[in-house]
Amino acid sequence: MSIHNRCGLCRIDISNLSVYSGEDILIENINMDFHCGQLTALIGKNGAGKTTLIRAILGERKFTGKIRYQRHDNQEIKRPITGYVPQQLTFDKNMPVSVMDFMLAGKKNPPVWLRQRKAEKEHILKRLEQMHCAHVANRKLGELSGGELQRVLLTAATDPMPDLLILDEPASGVDAAGLDLFYKTVSELRNQYHMAILLVSHDLDLIRKYADKVVLINKTVIEQGEVAEVFATDAFRESFGR
Amino acid sequence: MNPMVLNLYGGMVSFLSYDFMKYAFLAAILLAPLFALLGTMAVNNNMAFFSDALGHSAFTGIGIGVLLGMKEPLFSMLAFGIFLSITITKVKAAQGFSTDTIISVFSSAAMALGIVILSREGGFAKFSGYLIGDILTIQPKDIITIAVMLCVVYIIWMKIYNSLLLVSVNRSLAVSRGVKASLVENIFVITVAVVVMVSIRWIGILTINSLLILPAAAARNISKNAAQYHWLTLGIGMISSVGGVLVSYYMGTSAGASMVLIAAVLFFVTYSISKCQK
Repeated sequence: MSIHNRCGLCRIDISNLSVYSGEDILIENINMDFHCGQLTALIGKNGAGKTTLIRAILGERKFTGKIRYQRHDNQEIKRPITGYVPQQLTFDKNMPVSVMDFMLAGKKNPPVWLRQRKAEKEHILKRLEQMHCAHVANRKLGELSGGELQRVLLTAATDPMPDLLILDEPASGVDAAGLDLFYKTVSELRNQYHMAILLVSHDLDLIRKYADKVVLINKTVIEQGEVAEVFATDAFRESFGR
Repeated sequence: MNPMVLNLYGGMVSFLSYDFMKYAFLAAILLAPLFALLGTMAVNNNMAFFSDALGHSAFTGIGIGVLLGMKEPLFSMLAFGIFLSITITKVKAAQGFSTDTIISVFSSAAMALGIVILSREGGFAKFSGYLIGDILTIQPKDIITIAVMLCVVYIIWMKIYNSLLLVSVNRSLAVSRGVKASLVENIFVITVAVVVMVSIRWIGILTINSLLILPAAAARNISKNAAQYHWLTLGIGMISSVGGVLVSYYMGTSAGASMVLIAAVLFFVTYSISKCQK
């Protein structure tokens, strides 16, 4: 991506987005927008449709409605780059895939069992270093701790730098120190590269600390706005009992 | 030269002086990398049970071919195998089903239907050759088929390997990197279906799945990255295939089963090595 400037004008508009599964409504008429340089937190009870919304944004689920990526000069970004850090990865821990394999496979490289370009490997090592996890480059993906894995996933999601970075419950399975480091890194990325960040989390304290904006959903958007505003609404208290 | 080496060399020469052994040998050398390649991903994606179902479904493929009066049921086997793979993949993707149960239902149904068709009027014995296969019957034109198949699969593999690897780690993540997950999965299962169906005459319905799964499973015990996994699977597959043909020649056993047995021994060897390393 081109590094987004500080204007805050580039934005992602979601209008009338609905996802159905047969007869069931999973989410309906979602209208929201989020901006580059902002961390928007998506909250809601279990089953409120957070994961469905993310799958729709990623293009993994069919939806009706529109998602529009717009540059600061109102031009549409036709092929936006999306970075995605999934919830706890449930994969086979014995899978013989090293961190380096995983990083190389995410880009247009020859199959990872063939010899890889030296420059590409060096680039990945440098990126891992910036995320404080160069030491795990040759370890198996399944051998990493929760915090290490999360940082590797963040490295992959931000290479190349995305227009939109989606973090789906990135905190699960990570200890307190790892969590702090993770969010610090995310904040640094936001400040340095000004991408839009969409965070799904249940950790309201973290959201209070790091988010710029909150969107509360339950099948559709119930409240959105500044963190303090949304946290003070009745709908929020109803959902989270606070 | 050492008399023992000379003896072995002489044995090899006499062994290769038969045309059918030469062909079987060549076929084994070509089939090993084919199954090894596909096996690495089948194991990564927990598809051992899926490919088993696919093998069993060959019965129905043969049955349909017989009903349609085909001399050579390969085309009906291919068509049914591809149909079944795509169906299982589709049903698997729809949430709310236990994959094991679904595959088991499809596998049982496909096998039973095939056996019912083939055993009409007590004629099943004619087809029992498919159960264990016979690599010694392989003809030069079959070897050309396998060689072409190997080339095509290699080209497909160069294109989809990385995408498939990402999908096997996490599907959403793969999609976010621009991978067309359903497309690469379908290409993969269709490739497996074609390779299995074409080779089943020589390897056998009962043993074909093991040949796909065991070398990869054995290599996985001691591999730390994708490159080690790939090359070790290839090596283990090669040793099993060629070894299987040799054992079959000297002991008069089924080549397919002999290959599987060697691969199984290698699995336990690598398993022990991995336990010792810990």
